[in-house]
Amino acid sequence: MNFMVVVLWTDVLLFILLAVCLAYARHAARRPHLRAPWARMARSASGMAAATVLSAFALIGVLDSLHYRPLIEAKPGVPGPARYAVEVRSVLDLVIQGVLGPMAGKSEKTYSAPLATHAFSRENIERPGPDGKPRQVREYPRLANGGAHLKDPAREWAADVATHAVRGMVFGFIAWLALAFVLLGAYAANHQEDGGIAGVWGDAWSGRGRLPWRSILITLLVICLCAGVAATLGSRYHLLGTDKVGQDVLYLALKSVRTALIIGTLTTLVMLPMGVLLGIAAGYFGGWIDDAIQYVYTTLNSIPGVLLIAASVLMMQVAIDANPGWFATAAERADFRLLCLCFILGMMSWTGLCRLMRGEALKLRELEYVQAARAFGVSRLAIIVRHILPNVMHLVIISAVMDFSGMVLTEAVLSYVGVGVDPSMSSFGSMINAARLEMSRDPMVWWSLAAAFFFMLALVLAANLFADAVRDAFDPRLSPKRRRRGLLAKASA
Amino acid sequence: MTAYLVRRLVYAFLILIGVNLITFWLFFKVNTPDDIARLQLGAKRVTPDAIAKWKAERGYDKPLLYNGSAEGAKRFTETIYFEKSVAMFMLDFGRADDGRDIWFEIRNRAGPSLAVQVPVFIVGLGVNVSFALLLALFRATRFDFASQVFLVAMMSISSLFFIIAGQYVFSKLWHLVPISGYAGGADAFKFLVLPVAIGIFGSLGGATRLYRTIFIEEMGRDYVRTARAKGMSELVVLFRHVLGNGMIPILTGVVVVIPGLFVGSLLTESFFGIPGLGSYTIEAIQAQDFGVVRSMVFIGSVLYILGLVLTDISYTIVDPRVRLDT
Amino acid sequence: MSAVLEIGGLNTRIETAGGVIRALDDVSFEIARGETFAVVGESGCGKSMTALSIMRLLPEAAWIDSGRVDQEGRRLLELPEYEMRDVRGRRIGMIFQEPATSLNPVMTCGEQIVEVLERHGIARGAAARARALDWLQRVGIPDPAQRMDDYPFQLSGGMKQRVMIALALCSEPEVLIADEPTTALDVTIQAQILDLLVELQRSNGMAMLLITHDLGVVARMAHRVALMYAGEMIEIGSRASFFARPLHPYAARLFAALPGSASRGSPLMTIPGMVPPLTTEFAGCRFAPRCAFAHARCEAEAPGWHMAATDGTTSHRARCHLLEEGEVPPLRAEAGAAAAALPVSQQGALLEVRDLKVHFPIRRGLFRRTVGHVRAVDGVSLTIGAGRTLALVGESGCGKTTVGKGLLQLIAPSAGSIRFDGRELAGAPAKVLRQSRSLMQIVFQDPFASLNPRMRVGEIIAEGMASFGLGVDQAGRDREAASLLAQVGLPADARDRYPHEFSGGQRQRIAIARALAVEPKLIVCDEPTSALDVSVQAQILNLLADLQRERGVALLFITHNLAVVEHLAHDIAVMYLGRIVESGSADEVLRRPRHPYTQALLAAVPRIEGGAEAPQVADRKLFADLPSPANPPAGCHFHTRCSRATAECAAAYPEARIVSQTHRVHCIHAQ
Repeated sequence: MNFMVVVLWTDVLLFILLAVCLAYARHAARRPHLRAPWARMARSASGMAAATVLSAFALIGVLDSLHYRPLIEAKPGVPGPARYAVEVRSVLDLVIQGVLGPMAGKSEKTYSAPLATHAFSRENIERPGPDGKPRQVREYPRLANGGAHLKDPAREWAADVATHAVRGMVFGFIAWLALAFVLLGAYAANHQEDGGIAGVWGDAWSGRGRLPWRSILITLLVICLCAGVAATLGSRYHLLGTDKVGQDVLYLALKSVRTALIIGTLTTLVMLPMGVLLGIAAGYFGGWIDDAIQYVYTTLNSIPGVLLIAASVLMMQVAIDANPGWFATAAERADFRLLCLCFILGMMSWTGLCRLMRGEALKLRELEYVQAARAFGVSRLAIIVRHILPNVMHLVIISAVMDFSGMVLTEAVLSYVGVGVDPSMSSFGSMINAARLEMSRDPMVWWSLAAAFFFMLALVLAANLFADAVRDAFDPRLSPKRRRRGLLAKASA
Repeated sequence: MTAYLVRRLVYAFLILIGVNLITFWLFFKVNTPDDIARLQLGAKRVTPDAIAKWKAERGYDKPLLYNGSAEGAKRFTETIYFEKSVAMFMLDFGRADDGRDIWFEIRNRAGPSLAVQVPVFIVGLGVNVSFALLLALFRATRFDFASQVFLVAMMSISSLFFIIAGQYVFSKLWHLVPISGYAGGADAFKFLVLPVAIGIFGSLGGATRLYRTIFIEEMGRDYVRTARAKGMSELVVLFRHVLGNGMIPILTGVVVVIPGLFVGSLLTESFFGIPGLGSYTIEAIQAQDFGVVRSMVFIGSVLYILGLVLTDISYTIVDPRVRLDT
Repeated sequence: MSAVLEIGGLNTRIETAGGVIRALDDVSFEIARGETFAVVGESGCGKSMTALSIMRLLPEAAWIDSGRVDQEGRRLLELPEYEMRDVRGRRIGMIFQEPATSLNPVMTCGEQIVEVLERHGIARGAAARARALDWLQRVGIPDPAQRMDDYPFQLSGGMKQRVMIALALCSEPEVLIADEPTTALDVTIQAQILDLLVELQRSNGMAMLLITHDLGVVARMAHRVALMYAGEMIEIGSRASFFARPLHPYAARLFAALPGSASRGSPLMTIPGMVPPLTTEFAGCRFAPRCAFAHARCEAEAPGWHMAATDGTTSHRARCHLLEEGEVPPLRAEAGAAAAALPVSQQGALLEVRDLKVHFPIRRGLFRRTVGHVRAVDGVSLTIGAGRTLALVGESGCGKTTVGKGLLQLIAPSAGSIRFDGRELAGAPAKVLRQSRSLMQIVFQDPFASLNPRMRVGEIIAEGMASFGLGVDQAGRDREAASLLAQVGLPADARDRYPHEFSGGQRQRIAIARALAVEPKLIVCDEPTSALDVSVQAQILNLLADLQRERGVALLFITHNLAVVEHLAHDIAVMYLGRIVESGSADEVLRRPRHPYTQALLAAVPRIEGGAEAPQVADRKLFADLPSPANPPAGCHFHTRCSRATAECAAAYPEARIVSQTHRVHCIHAQ
């Protein structure tokens, strides 16, 4: 084998989470009362568009969670065990490298603007002068990779960019058609009554179908076009420029997606069991258990969140620094730090859910079906598992999806404060933080900031819209209905 | 009422002890003072002597909880726990790493923090409530829909971007206000206007959406139907009946943060160079000055608990149904 | 006849996920000055929608499709909204079902009345306050000056409804719409409120649209009656003629489904099937699928209005093809056979409760010391014979539900003895208690809260069996569940479905099957039919009677509904503020009540037998409200509301007087 599989802790947890989600989906699909709210959610146009965007991000995140260490080519004739590179890479790296080629990773010396062919700042360069002697000139040097294929950038650049952008869009469009065909085909195969793929296609564009296919397909088209352009232009230029050390910003942004997803989901994984179990215990048992749990969460709540996180992260940092032997690679250390951050964030944020669960359990405890179970002498544990837990699950789902976007935003702030992820790990927070330091440059280095902004906006907006759709589907009384006027419209006209 | 307050204070004291124990555990047990000394001194100069000196300068050279070498009560008082944690109850926070008295700094820096936070809080609340009322009035119209899209987008943008964009546009491009800094008196205005505006803007999305939900839920209640059946116009229904009831959860929900206004906002203060407690905290975190961080955790908790008590009291003021003695 | 309010061809629609609901279909009627027009029907028939359509206060998903509402020449449906607002509260006043939620909780009662007066320019400032005070007095609120500045939560339910009435009537509207004004109130308070409405109508001469599901209230209040079914009015007539001879087969069936002393010992008539969903496009008569007289024409052609009798001023008409064909559907079940005695299996006492107490501590002050107790149940003694039905009767807050929960040890009793089959259960060790749980089971009031929405019906029924280890294995339990479902009249495939797929009555059947699954000897029925419509109630009562006959199970029937008690109880215990004031056989308590409270309770029940007479005012009225069980009056708890009370009554709680071997009463004045 020419690689060694590396399984990081966050990878394991992420895949466990994925497995849990799939298992829940299978479980829910067979139960009408669990399926119904998701079916309602699937009718929401904004929710499904958001889900499409989130799936794209999730795909990036999953690919970036399959890690390996490549084999170092041994010198021929030198026997010995296979040696693997210290650098841990992921399948996403492989894909990006395949698509973007030399643009991926650290390929320039320092800043360059998006689509530039020359560096951002002048350098002293030796050039043969008119007399043939080398001379020091201050000018913008050509980039090592970005636009290197152009002979005369000043003349060819605009046409080349336009050609490749159009080509990228065409590729994107073709990919979209193929994807749409597969998706609609799969759907039509399961829903014979909708008149096959042609029927579904027709319904999609007239807005008649049961699923909001139109918004799904449009979102998918936008994603495909972006991806197409990124692939064609991005393999010839630094599409979003490079940062201070010459890293491609597009690559950085793509690598940051996993960090954001991990923080958003694993934190929830930590927080859910604590919040749910303690909350239900407090509400159902009451008495001293309730007092103790309330005391714990009030105490935790009363400590300012950022400070407690900062203090915990600092302490974790001290512990990591004091024990350098724990980790084989830098990636493992960064991963451990990310995991700790998720744990710390989770420990800080279960209190809200706990309070919600406590209130709900207090209410459910008095409900008549719980009383009926008590009249049967059903044990308290069985009552909680059978009667309380299933009836708070919808709130748990709502709060889990609602918290996701908050966590992604928190990560950015924490990185700014200096208690975020490991500096070696790319994240939106560290991108913003690095870009902020260059605010005073003139002209401004805006592209890292812009890239982080758009990627984060896409992710968080999609998460928020998705959360809204989920909440409306699980708790429909919150969404006001459109007013119908009927006869009165004539009266007031 | 008195009995309630006394009970609440006792509970607050218990919570503070809990906070105290958590911070003590975090700062002294997870990593010993030796670890911290090694970190702060850097890898090069770590000799046992240097560590001992570092600890002695900061008073970390005592046992954590029990001093076997001391006499009588001093067995407990001459310990790190007593001197560093219990002392905080007497507002004795000790000195920061740069040698300045922490309590003195806190008193001096509360002013600028409040100068930013109070206008953000008051104007922000006004803006959010008014906007939410407007949306409730025009619910399920195109205006409502467009506003909802706008608010979700606002919620999805990190506050860091608001600050950076605000500074770039208003200070760097248009030169309307200084990019950062602070001055006392009337000059403060030009330094404060941008951070305050951004603070309000940043909270618009989440808060307005929450309040809108509260108002719309309130509008579905029976007493609103009664008010309409009395012939009240939609505006009167909204402002007299819905607002009156909707403000109960809103007010009591925001009261808890009022004392916390003292400690300022980390991001705003550090970006705009406002010498408040927020920037003090962030500098301490970045400089790994644990004494200051510990003090701020304690102050923050005290203020939060104060906020909880104020919340309960505010319930009795805005909601005639609530009495504290029952 | 001068109509104050005329409704013509009103069609109201509601948009829902399941399609457009035809909430009102071609509703037409008129109300004259000083007249009470009652709209009656079961839930979902559109009676409340009628009121809201007239007021144009429909929920946001609903709209008026077509129709006409004229109020003294004003075409209400054509008015712009701002003019309609001048009509609401000024020309048409409205009171609602739930006094607890219909008043603004953060405004004082006075403010809410003044608001109406000022809005409609009737009075302002001090004059408005004076007028509001005057109205509070007129609606019979004691100490009105004090109450002006009270918030609604400081008043009892009955008092709140009086404030609602003052608020609706202070602008002296021509029309009052009362939407189930007494449904949320106790029967003695209901009597007070109904009397008040009659008095005010007499003095103001207003027209009243009374919306109710209770035929007794209709019989007491209405001049004319309209019966609604599935969004349509199907019968309109004067009260006398309607109660004497209902024309529509649905009306006749409804009367027959009413429990009461007349139906004792025989099953109630029921109406098969269910109300069709209102999303249907009806071709024929809406009632045809459930009608015993339906024929081909009923399915195909919607019946028009047909006159049956004319008694002076008002006509009596119904939408039924039979009337046109000259055939009048036969009336209620024969009353003669009904008076038979209930089947009784006389055995020894199954359950003997002595001096049961359930006290809840009230904690106050710095250390949360117990400063007093809410004596929810304060020394109750009961005996239930095997296979017999004991009805525990009382108003809300009297502690009757707590007795039920205390018996099942769902709430730990504070004191007293519970002997079941000779075994003491109070304070018994957990193991004994667990075994005894299969002997006593409970059926609750709310069919929607009593079944776990996340469990299949089969799982719900099997839960108790599994808990007691009944039924050898899963397959055995499944078989048992299927046979139980058949016994309570549900199809076998119900086992694999979830509770939300069932109607209220069907859910109550499932709850009964769940209780039966562990083969109890006693079932505590806590208001099992009070959330159900009359026709469904009849089915459940019949089911309970059948089960008692077949299985010999004893019932403790907790209820406030005296008509149900008359129908099924062998023995009755009347409860007031945590104590039993009178107990005896059904005959003794209902026919020869000795306690003034029992007498007042019986007098307060509106009866349809009196329907032919003029609106009646009960002679034995209870004025004050129920005192708080935390602080019951000294001596006889009832003396504050009793017309016969003397100084002696306040001195000590009266000992039991033994009237007969079974009949006991706690009153020193009882003859």
